[in-house]
Amino acid sequence: MSGRELVELTLAEARRRLAAREISARQLVEAHLEAMARHRALNAFVTETPDRALEMAAESDRRLAAGEARPLEGIPLAVKDLFCTADVRTTAGSRILHDFVPPYESTVTRRLWEAGAVLLGKTNLDEFAMGSANVTSWFGPVVNPWTPPGEEPGRVPGGSSGGSAAAVAARLCLGATGTDTGGSIRQPAAFCGIVGLKPTYGRCSRWGIVAFASSLDQAGPMARTVEDCAILLETMAGYDPRDSTSADVPVEPWSRRLDAGIRGLRVGVPREYRIDGMPEAVERLWAAGADWLRARGAEVVEISLPHTPYALPTYYIVAPAEASSNLARYDGMRFGLRVEGRDLTETYMKTRGEGFGREVRRRILIGTYALSAGYYDAYYLKAQKVRRKIADDFRAAFETVDAVLTPAAPGAAFRIGERMDDPVAMYLNDVFTVPASLAGLPAIAVPAGLDGEGLPLGLQVIGRPWDETTVLRVAHALEEAADFRARPPRLVEDGA
Amino acid sequence: MALDRETVARIARLARIAVPEEELDGLTGELARILEWIDQLQEVDTEEVEPMRRVMDITPHLRADEVTDGDCREAILKNAPKRFDGYFVVPKVVE
Repeated sequence: MSGRELVELTLAEARRRLAAREISARQLVEAHLEAMARHRALNAFVTETPDRALEMAAESDRRLAAGEARPLEGIPLAVKDLFCTADVRTTAGSRILHDFVPPYESTVTRRLWEAGAVLLGKTNLDEFAMGSANVTSWFGPVVNPWTPPGEEPGRVPGGSSGGSAAAVAARLCLGATGTDTGGSIRQPAAFCGIVGLKPTYGRCSRWGIVAFASSLDQAGPMARTVEDCAILLETMAGYDPRDSTSADVPVEPWSRRLDAGIRGLRVGVPREYRIDGMPEAVERLWAAGADWLRARGAEVVEISLPHTPYALPTYYIVAPAEASSNLARYDGMRFGLRVEGRDLTETYMKTRGEGFGREVRRRILIGTYALSAGYYDAYYLKAQKVRRKIADDFRAAFETVDAVLTPAAPGAAFRIGERMDDPVAMYLNDVFTVPASLAGLPAIAVPAGLDGEGLPLGLQVIGRPWDETTVLRVAHALEEAADFRARPPRLVEDGA
Repeated sequence: MALDRETVARIARLARIAVPEEELDGLTGELARILEWIDQLQEVDTEEVEPMRRVMDITPHLRADEVTDGDCREAILKNAPKRFDGYFVVPKVVE
């Protein structure tokens, strides 16, 4: 197989061919390193690690030859630059960490390497994962590989895991890790026409992931098929004593349970997600999704999640408040950027003023305000109470349905530079993903069609806590029905 | 709850973030707009509602009270902006 064919394989298929020794890990890794080099203009990677990748591939080939293959032996992956990787620079997309080299490995990535996966590099992201368009990175915006015909490249890939989404869509890796705080896996997956899963809060360890909002942050897989995401989750998930919110629940063989079908399942369509100004293409796709599930034997019913309209404002108190506390550690004393001032306070202020970008500063200030004396009850406590009501809405809904179907995002990818002057307009990108984040529920985005301009649109499936099995199964049914085979037009022109 | 320039300057100082004088007005406007949008939360009746302080109802494991980590001075100092003789060097704090 040529390099250009190798990068087209799904992760599951690559794994089968590696095991059958039809291809080598070295060939597979080299093919992806070449693809990365061809597509540097996407700016999907902050740091490429070709030497390490080839070393890991050599070890994989040795094990494959010796019959000692591990579950992800020789599978080339990209890692969001929010996961600490030992001896590989980890920036969080921020100037303040632009030269930070962790001496330790995050639990999720450690599990991936111990399973034989190969690190290709660290992907670009919104600074500290704060953004929905990957335009806030200190390392510049990521370009979505999808471009409408006749238009110059320059659509956003979504965010914050925009580099991971673009890399998967452009065939620069077989899969990638992302993190999702309010939609940062699902929304970029939808914008780039790939699959992205945010597991139940507590499913994957947060240890070694640069913290944004600790009660919301959750790692998850991004790949081109539902099966590939399931395979990755089987390795990424699992109890970790180093994260006090990590849950000691069994890791299940999700990838082997996809074909059980959805006959008899009840799927809810929440009426509050039908928002004003939703593009017709999104509405049509949502209706088509419901029809596809019905045709496969599921019962689709309308449900109500009455507090949905309050999810975004709740999120924009809870997440910035936690961020203002988490990001207090960047003080220029022990690691990261230091900008000297006349005294300690001025050194702190200059370091943080120059080290953080505009959106991060804005959110820290909102959070500091919401937690400050006299405002705590009105903002933070109020938000925590509304958050409870949002979670209760889902709990009530899941007494009558097994899964919830919604659009993944309120539209397709917009151009880099748009929606920059109005933060609230940018926040609305996450209107469909934030509620499940607040409730801690597993949710997946699946590519399901194209809009009038030829850009991908995704559907979202939300499930009960710890019920990734149903989420993945419904997603798999949607994937089969949608039969999404479109690919980024730029890559077609490149002949990639 | 109106947000003014002085409040923003005070919050920025609390957060230890230097905001250039000329950016203060623009930032005040942005933050005020965000907070105004957030104020719709006041419509929700949260009387008798327990604030959500934990996400999943799990019982964390307790571990034995044993030392499991340490002896890693070099790793800790590895990324220090300034170091000397096995210590972090920080600006003078005590006059």
